[in-house]
Amino acid sequence: MSSAIGQPRLRLPAQIRAGDVIEIRTLITHVMETGQRRTPEGQEIPRDIIRRFEARFDGELVFAMDLAPAIAANPYIAFPFRAERAGRFEMTWTNDAGETRSANAELKLG
Amino acid sequence: MQLQHQPSRRTILALALAGVVLVPRPGLANLPDKVQAAIDKLRAGRAAQEGRITLRLPAIAENGNAVPLNVMVESPMTAADHVKAIHVFATGNPTPEVAVFHLTPAMGRATVDTRIRLGQTQDVMAFAEMADGRLFMARAEVKVTIGGCGG
Repeated sequence: MSSAIGQPRLRLPAQIRAGDVIEIRTLITHVMETGQRRTPEGQEIPRDIIRRFEARFDGELVFAMDLAPAIAANPYIAFPFRAERAGRFEMTWTNDAGETRSANAELKLG
Repeated sequence: MQLQHQPSRRTILALALAGVVLVPRPGLANLPDKVQAAIDKLRAGRAAQEGRITLRLPAIAENGNAVPLNVMVESPMTAADHVKAIHVFATGNPTPEVAVFHLTPAMGRATVDTRIRLGQTQDVMAFAEMADGRLFMARAEVKVTIGGCGG
């Protein structure tokens, strides 16, 4: 019943030096159906949202968000991170059905 | 006379105390019941001070379907002193809960951005929960031209 979780996008700054607090921007394609709407025939459209976002750096949870239907379609989430060393980000989005989609990004120090 | 005065003083004192409790703090005044219930649950008996938290939203949102939201909290984000969570409520939406952000010292700064739906003109509230359990709050009004909750 749930619609597919769309393409995730991650953006890190081009040049990162050790000690910088960088901004990580994420976007994922998703309808974020609130469960409040009805079809023209009056049938309830079931809720279908991304309910959880998690950001891990080298396996350690560094940021997470619990989403409600009040988050806009195609959720945009941005957060800071203190870059101390090179490593690997893994971002995971989970929908109401428990399905997940992940995206990775390498943090390289310049 | 003396016997009559003493209970009356007590009554006055009780009323005064009740008055102190009932004086609406600007940040937490005039809330719909379900918003109050959600906030009471989060507060769990704790006070919520105003300050340290900046809530950035447009004063007027032409489209309530995607309103940019930024919450920034003054914090050193160290292991001992950091923001643990930021809770956002939309006081005029069918469901007041908007998001809970879980923060860690690894972030270096306490600021988060997203886009939210607002069904009508209303106040948005943000609560920052610190590592030591203290709560800070901020409240901002957004005038919505076209609501964003799909009825």
